[in-house]
Amino acid sequence: MLKYVLKRLFGMLVVLFLVLTITFVIVRVAPGDPAALMLGPDATPEDAAALRSELGLDQPILIQYGKFILSAVQGDLGQSLFFHRPVLSVLAERAEPTTFLALFSLLISLVIALPIGIFVAYRRGSVADQGAVATAMLAASIPSFWMGLVLQRWLASDLGWFPASGYGGPGASFLDRMGYLILPSIVLGIVNSALILRFTRASMLDVLGEDYIRTARSKGMSEARVVMKHALKNAAIPIVTVVGLTFALLVSGAVVTERVFNIPGMGSLVVGAVLRRDYPVIQGTLIVVAALYILINLCVDLLYLVIDRRVRY
Amino acid sequence: MAAASISEDPGLWRSLTARPAVVVALVIFAVILAAALLAPWIAPADPARMSVRARLSPPLGDYLLGADGFGRDVLSRLLYAGRVSLTIGLGVAVLSTLLGLVIGLAAGFFRRLDAPLSRLIDAMMAFPDILLAIALVAILGGSIANVVLALSIVYTPRIARIVRAATLVIRELPFVEAARALGSSNGAIMVWHVLPNIVSPVTVQATFIFAYAMLAEAGLSFLGVGVNPSIPTWGTMINEGRQYLDQALTLILFPGIAISLAVLSLQLIGDGLRDALDPRLAKDV
Repeated sequence: MLKYVLKRLFGMLVVLFLVLTITFVIVRVAPGDPAALMLGPDATPEDAAALRSELGLDQPILIQYGKFILSAVQGDLGQSLFFHRPVLSVLAERAEPTTFLALFSLLISLVIALPIGIFVAYRRGSVADQGAVATAMLAASIPSFWMGLVLQRWLASDLGWFPASGYGGPGASFLDRMGYLILPSIVLGIVNSALILRFTRASMLDVLGEDYIRTARSKGMSEARVVMKHALKNAAIPIVTVVGLTFALLVSGAVVTERVFNIPGMGSLVVGAVLRRDYPVIQGTLIVVAALYILINLCVDLLYLVIDRRVRY
Repeated sequence: MAAASISEDPGLWRSLTARPAVVVALVIFAVILAAALLAPWIAPADPARMSVRARLSPPLGDYLLGADGFGRDVLSRLLYAGRVSLTIGLGVAVLSTLLGLVIGLAAGFFRRLDAPLSRLIDAMMAFPDILLAIALVAILGGSIANVVLALSIVYTPRIARIVRAATLVIRELPFVEAARALGSSNGAIMVWHVLPNIVSPVTVQATFIFAYAMLAEAGLSFLGVGVNPSIPTWGTMINEGRQYLDQALTLILFPGIAISLAVLSLQLIGDGLRDALDPRLAKDV
């Protein structure tokens, strides 16, 4: 087992290294001079030359690459061209709303998807089942930002149940700030629940057809115990997997949802960075988010060892 | 291997249309496609013509679906935007399928390439769709072709992974061994023996990518980092309508419904294709 964990850790490092390489390549393969691109059309050739030497763009590409990897490994993702501060500290400042938005919406989607998914798998083919499957597919087809706008107009502007947008301004307390995240989290949670519901239902269906379920029933075990204890336990692995995979979906969703509700999170930071041509910030966000994704999915893999004692690597 | 290629399977259409939901989806998608194709002939007005007096006119007046903040006809814009959104979706589906086939076949067929390409696919998939697309469009620039290229890069790993997995299985089957014994080259084996057997899963995945790409394009346009805002797409329409959210909800309502219907019908068609092409894969997901 230790061998497996070490192997997975090594694999993770390789993928992380490739993530760094990809983000480096993305900015470097840009047609034209990156410095001129970053400065925009109004820049003079002298400005561009100055920025080139500041960023080390006048050095051979392999040296640039080596330096980039070395500093990234040490936690230095460069300087923001707009904020004139380290990218990592700019990102850390914007991490709070995005992190809580992602967490709350994950929670909401689990609260929606798990009970419904288990129930409709048990009542396979019923009206409730067909309705849930159809609704989940519809939810997966609606753009999250569109649902956000409609709910913003309806629940925030018209009914006044939630603050319409923003993050409470500079003096807002933590609880106030979290209040601004409720509606965005509901929106993102609904969208995200579609995938989890489909997976929960499918894995429960697989398990409910197994022999040991019939055995448990024939022993006279109560239906609730059969479903909750035997079936759910065995359906847990695919469900946990999909929860890990939805992280990427949550981040993508958060990026657009933040824009809908004017929340100053990492999503708005990236969109702003694109408009300001702040390439180091774009690069840094890609690296941090991809690294988190890799880490979370490693944890999910290791969690299997805990959930399912049959899993021996 | 069952279900070889689509053209060889006379029962495909019948099994595809056996499910009412899929029939409805096919009809909806055909209507959306026809409306977009025929836009220059059926649109009631020039989608770019502004009229100050018509600003924010409600639906069912002079303008069937109302007019936007510049007094432009929403219905005409919706039709023309559909052309762009569908073109991008289809373009991404085709390009990412081609790229994914090349990478997936190479990884599945040549053992030496498998590990590096697989890790590369893993690394690409670690980036959230929208975030990677934003970065790529930011670098490449916001033309329609560049958005297609950026989203194709984002979705290529999904095809590549499926192709690689299928190729690994097929590579070991007796008929491939027989072909090799008869002196077939690697290229010939891939084209004549492996490719026909992975058409089904790839077609299904390409249909889903068509749908995802349309959603992603709308997201990019909504964020203002997609195609040039002067080109109407369903996403840019929602982005523009956003500032009139409290006065004219219909400005975002109609393009949103258009996207949702297109994506929903594509997903249903994808599900139907999966069941029809390969019954063994048919799952109640």
